[in-house]
Amino acid sequence: MRISVRLFASHRERLGTDRLVVDVPPEASLAELIATIAVRFPGLGDLLGGARCAVNREYAAPTTILHEGDEVALIPPVAGGGG
Amino acid sequence: MATEIGQRFQVVDHPIDAEDVVRRVRDPGNGAVCVFYGVVRDHALSGRQTSFLEYEAYREMAEAKMAEIAEDIRRRWGIAHVAMTHRVGRLGVGEPSVVIAVGTPHRKQAFEACEYAIDRLKAEVPIWKKEIGPDGEEWVE
Repeated sequence: MRISVRLFASHRERLGTDRLVVDVPPEASLAELIATIAVRFPGLGDLLGGARCAVNREYAAPTTILHEGDEVALIPPVAGGGG
Repeated sequence: MATEIGQRFQVVDHPIDAEDVVRRVRDPGNGAVCVFYGVVRDHALSGRQTSFLEYEAYREMAEAKMAEIAEDIRRRWGIAHVAMTHRVGRLGVGEPSVVIAVGTPHRKQAFEACEYAIDRLKAEVPIWKKEIGPDGEEWVE
């Protein structure tokens, strides 16, 4: 199934796009999607570590099973604290 | 009083109307309204000089997260009216990037809930900032 993945900030700049379309098997997990992205878009490389994922606007664990039409986003680390 | 996300929790791309944020928590039961402004500082944590900050948001999720934080505040402190507006785009030193208002019957809760709100926002709301200065630019992580 095709999953559309939204990109922001450092990810968006690195890949030069705010959206990826990735093919994964039906019932694929978020972890499988990330692994697929890492292989297909090696330019993301170091930026993937420390990133979280959101599925349908909620933070999601890597074990989350994806479905056609899910809104997935890669969430680079947000700047917390520091004043 | 209406509590739709669109009214109380907003991501905007224009200067924040802080008075409007405060108006959104107005309630005759309030004895205190605490307001937090996050403003752009002239230097980064590293000490490097900042000329501008650029903010970017996953707007739909950011607004939903802000509403969720407000719900947690209500659960934890009881009666509490919460409104938040975060700005995106390019901001200069001194400009407010976020305004949070909390209205409660008594001031102790207002102070505590307001601090909690900004701490949660910074940890969880999908909004990013890029520091732009004379020595270059960098996403803050």
